[in-house]
Amino acid sequence: MKDNNHVLEVNNLSISFGGLRAVDDFNVTIDKGELYGLIGPNGAGKTTAFNLLTGVYKPDEGIIKLDGKDITGKSTIEINKAGIARTFQNIRLFKDLSVLDNVKVGLHNLYEYSTIASVFRLPKYYRVEKEMDEKAYSLLKVFDLDSSAKLKASQLPYGKQRKLEIARALATNPKLLLLDEPAAGMNPNETKELMDTISFIRKEFDMTILLIEHDMKLVSGICERLTVLNFGRILAEGNTAEVLNNPEVITAYLGE
Amino acid sequence: MSFISYLINGISLGSVYAIIALGYTMVYGIAKMLNFAHGDVIMFGSYAVFTIVSTLSLPTWLGMLVSIILCTVLGITIEAVAYRPLRQASSSLAVLITAIGVSYLLQNVALLIFGANTKSFSSVVSMAPLKLADGGLTITGETIVTISCCIVIMIVLTLFVNKTKAGQAMLAVSEDKGAAQLMGINVNGTISLTFAIGSALAAVAGMLLCSAYPALTPYTGSMPGIKAFVAAVFGGIGSIPGAFIGGIILGIIEIFSKAYISSQLSDAIVFLVLIIVLLVKPTGILGKKIQEKV
Repeated sequence: MKDNNHVLEVNNLSISFGGLRAVDDFNVTIDKGELYGLIGPNGAGKTTAFNLLTGVYKPDEGIIKLDGKDITGKSTIEINKAGIARTFQNIRLFKDLSVLDNVKVGLHNLYEYSTIASVFRLPKYYRVEKEMDEKAYSLLKVFDLDSSAKLKASQLPYGKQRKLEIARALATNPKLLLLDEPAAGMNPNETKELMDTISFIRKEFDMTILLIEHDMKLVSGICERLTVLNFGRILAEGNTAEVLNNPEVITAYLGE
Repeated sequence: MSFISYLINGISLGSVYAIIALGYTMVYGIAKMLNFAHGDVIMFGSYAVFTIVSTLSLPTWLGMLVSIILCTVLGITIEAVAYRPLRQASSSLAVLITAIGVSYLLQNVALLIFGANTKSFSSVVSMAPLKLADGGLTITGETIVTISCCIVIMIVLTLFVNKTKAGQAMLAVSEDKGAAQLMGINVNGTISLTFAIGSALAAVAGMLLCSAYPALTPYTGSMPGIKAFVAAVFGGIGSIPGAFIGGIILGIIEIFSKAYISSQLSDAIVFLVLIIVLLVKPTGILGKKIQEKV
């Protein structure tokens, strides 16, 4: 079986749209408990890489292994069940559902009762619903959202919506959490708080995290290793400090 | 006294529209499509009851059970065969045209099997009429059963959607299919379940409709189907309470127009009201405001 502690192993991943090679020969290996950064200028293929990892797009080439198991080409549902959960660059909460229910949707596959039990309100229905509520509340508490549980998701302020999205993703009990620009649109204070939250969930849940980010400060503050994408290809990878001082990376970000 | 009697008849007819409208509104809310074949599922359900009860002389409850099962299977099959392959289609027109095609297909299959003759449907309700005010006001058993059915269905459905896992999955899919899928929700299964519920309700509506208006032809489902669609739009398509309110109001308007204005013009008046409502409030009575990003 597995002879290492790689949670994610990606080899030679590629996809083209028409003539454009959006992601070309992407490789990455992430170890258990690691917080890994994926950065790059706009249009570099970062979100496309996330979409490949979560099965939204099927790769033309390459292999994705989660915990040693090949998940290449599986459907989004299967990949979620296998253990990858994500957030979105533009927040995609279920806006009209309550904060609590958003998390409960994430818990969907972990708790079972039959439709019969729900229609006839059998004791099992109440027991499972109660367990789901407790689990959802405990997750919300981590993000300091438990007092807003009954509000509609759309009523939360922006920063809290971002946190709720992370809570919802964690509810699916993932082995790997993908965060797509979690600090987008946040002010410096909120970004600082978010960094603390990410560090906290990494420790609390022993979580492996892959993070897409524009905000250099956030990346250099919390990621040990980075990959830089540019025009779909890997430009640099390795330790954060080295990568950020790489002249090619500086050129890609700031121009000649 | 006749006013009250008309009002009750209106609520009763409106209850049938409301039950049919639920099928339209749930499917629209979750799959974002108009299932124009919904009315014809009703007709098939009624033929099932007719065949079992009148042709084969089997018990009424068996006819009702078979009708509900048949419609549920029919609804799931239509979705899987005709609509699902088009879900990724670039234009939502494709699935709309297909729905109209399925509607004609069902009508013509019924024509082929059952013929064009009007069948006389025998009521599935065996309740004695209620006489009030010294016989001045008679409420038929059908009316009482129809209104009670509608209320029970509304309550159960609202609880189901808001209080169960499957219902939450429906709400999640209706808001964002992609995000729901990435949270591990089975979108195809959820849409199938929606069609199953809508079609089972269509079977119930068909029985109630044909018990009150016993002439059954292959086109029986078509007009009530369209009016229920109007009711769904009227109440705010995608909203379950909207379907209920829209259906009841539409039924009352139709019966009052027949009674006080003109029975020939009643349908025209119903659609006129729809046009006025849509001009004043384009999203319907309980419809959500559509926010447009600029």
